[in-house]
Amino acid sequence: MSKMHHDTPMLDELENGPWPSFISGFKRLRDKHPDERINGVANDLLGQLEHSYETRKGYWKGGTVSVFGYGSGIIPRFSEVGDAFPKSREFHTLRVQPPPGNYYTTDMLRQLGESWEKWGSGLVTFHGQTGNIMFIGATTENTQHFFDEINGYGFDLGGAGPCVRTGMSCVGAARCEQSCVDEMKVHRSLLNNFTDDVHRPALPYKFKFKVSGCGNDCQNAIERSDFAVIGTWRDDMKVDQEQVKAYVAKKGRQYILDNVVSRCPTNALALKDDDTLDVNNRDCVRCMHCLNVMPKALSPGDDKGVTICVGGKRTLKIGDLMGTVIVPFKKLDTEEDYESLVEMGEEIIDFWAENGLEHERCGEMIERIGLANFLEGIGVDVDPNMVNEPRSSSYVRMDDWDEEAEKWFKRKAEEKQAAAG
Amino acid sequence: MQQHREPIESGCPDGFQYMHPIMRKNYGNWAYHEDPRPGVLLHVAHNGDKVWTVRVGTQRILDVFTLRKLCEIGDKYADGYIRFTLRSNLEYMVDDESKVEPLVKAVEDEGFIVGGTKNSVTMISHTQGWLHCDIPGTDASGVVKALMDELIDEFRAWNMPNRVHITTSCCQINCGGQGDIAINVQHTKPPKINHDLVANVCERPSVVARCPVAAIRPALVNGKPSLEVDEKKCICCGACYPPCPPMQINDAEHSKLAIWVGGNHSNARSKPTFQKLVAAGIPNNPPRWPEVASVVKRILKTYKEDANDWERINDWIERIGWPRFFEKVGLPFTKYHIDNWRGARKTLNASAHIRF
Repeated sequence: MSKMHHDTPMLDELENGPWPSFISGFKRLRDKHPDERINGVANDLLGQLEHSYETRKGYWKGGTVSVFGYGSGIIPRFSEVGDAFPKSREFHTLRVQPPPGNYYTTDMLRQLGESWEKWGSGLVTFHGQTGNIMFIGATTENTQHFFDEINGYGFDLGGAGPCVRTGMSCVGAARCEQSCVDEMKVHRSLLNNFTDDVHRPALPYKFKFKVSGCGNDCQNAIERSDFAVIGTWRDDMKVDQEQVKAYVAKKGRQYILDNVVSRCPTNALALKDDDTLDVNNRDCVRCMHCLNVMPKALSPGDDKGVTICVGGKRTLKIGDLMGTVIVPFKKLDTEEDYESLVEMGEEIIDFWAENGLEHERCGEMIERIGLANFLEGIGVDVDPNMVNEPRSSSYVRMDDWDEEAEKWFKRKAEEKQAAAG
Repeated sequence: MQQHREPIESGCPDGFQYMHPIMRKNYGNWAYHEDPRPGVLLHVAHNGDKVWTVRVGTQRILDVFTLRKLCEIGDKYADGYIRFTLRSNLEYMVDDESKVEPLVKAVEDEGFIVGGTKNSVTMISHTQGWLHCDIPGTDASGVVKALMDELIDEFRAWNMPNRVHITTSCCQINCGGQGDIAINVQHTKPPKINHDLVANVCERPSVVARCPVAAIRPALVNGKPSLEVDEKKCICCGACYPPCPPMQINDAEHSKLAIWVGGNHSNARSKPTFQKLVAAGIPNNPPRWPEVASVVKRILKTYKEDANDWERINDWIERIGWPRFFEKVGLPFTKYHIDNWRGARKTLNASAHIRF
């Protein structure tokens, strides 16, 4: 232990215990890395972090750093205690977009690691809460060099600030039997249509796309994204009755009654005397619970598509909001289907860019102007699937009730005609 | 003047080029999955192809040495493909069952942890904290390391009634997200304003607009344009601090930690739910945050003993009711548990439904 090192008694404490320690990793960079620059950065970073632990305060400040041609994708950090810890004085993060589903080869991870130790701190996180690879700790100058290098072999920056943000998708069709949609295609169709809006922040606030292949919503899309695409199906779920019987034989009838039948939120399941499962598909809401318990016996149907929810977000400023159903079901089979999905994204972002207040998320705008006005703005017809229940307050003007009712009947007639071919 | 290079706006890269061949081949063609053991998944395709996944807990923020070590394991014991989950667990995929045990052993020999699947307590989703954030009330990686040390056996095993997602956030914006158990900073005192700096640092109208309760107004202080806070209105959320650092909200003593439960983003059984406050006023106590760990462990223990199979924490509380939850976990119920934000009436019990 050289005298040059900052003492870190509190952080040393985090090297104890069985879970892998990030502090040990920092120390490896400080003590074992061949590049002195990295040794110095890691040492001062540890010093500043210890200082935070002692004083229970953070010491990073934001600023303005970007790469040539872009206005976002970097989280600038300048130290407020840079005189004491000069080598980590500039410690910016580059947000880099991963492929949907976060797939890598070891070769690619190594290549990214090599580029990063050439220009950065040698610390990287897979992935941040917005879904980016976070390359943590570059100086202002090296930010550009690192970006140039990885941009040359296929990586691009994600969003930061009031722009379209990096998307997120679940593992999906690549390795999940519940997947009802080509998550990767949805994700890339949407994100790569808005590349300009990712790199050049010009929106009221952030806008996030997230994709989950089924109602389990492993990607947390409904709660955490402005535009959530959730895979679903609208025909009957598939039931392999032999497998159902095998489950019953293995687990017993009581287990299936307690854990499958009675846990159905709409009472759409019944276990018959011959140990087969009866599904009332008209009542089923595709919640995924019974498919989760018996993946071998139950599967999504064949007529697959997506439900789209708009306006989910976290706390700032009016409190947390879930996304609201805007499209109960949409097929995504043809190129035209994907084009219309992207157009819907454009329509929503355009309307919100036009009507949202400064720092107001799309869901907050919907809260402020009302869902009906939002739907009119984006040209989407109302649908009873958008509400948990109709209005309970009688304080509303309904001058043109007859016209609105007529619209509904006309639409229903058209749908009927279209279905009849 | 150096020549600037134009960026290649390639956006989000194609994932197929980095995907295990067996997954590429069977994209959209998986039939079912099984759980051979904690931390290992087996997916079977309609054509009988199989892929085993080994899920690995790491420190999340990786130094290049650790990254290379994980790649070495991937090359030597797996097929050279790696993916990461939403909660920053790493996954190795192999197409042959005989590779699973040596891979698991290699991972554990290097000090990483196999687990985090099915009804375990998986890795804690967390934020940046003192390491990189500009507005943190506490650390993130350190809290998570300390907690995972305590919960490691629950990560490695299938002891829980259903899966448990824990999150931490180092301010009230809650970037860590909703969780079955969420551990978040909760400020308890209004910002301390350095009036000498406000005029030069802050765009005052936008700071005024940020406040969710309209408690901030422009004011002249010591002859300088500044901002003042109506402290009776202030809810200490810290929203004014990011755009105006002279309005310091963080406080070594008065920025506390709060614990919330029942956030669940799945649609399974019930519609997605937000987390609810259960404990607050917990001291921000680095480097190990023992007071936080003790409350979290108490909640987990009660959930483990009391919930039925497949009940997430929100499902369990829905069944037993909130009064019994507070009784069972031994936490106080206070006036602060009663919501007073917009729409809060909906959270009150307007019925004769009472459990005895």
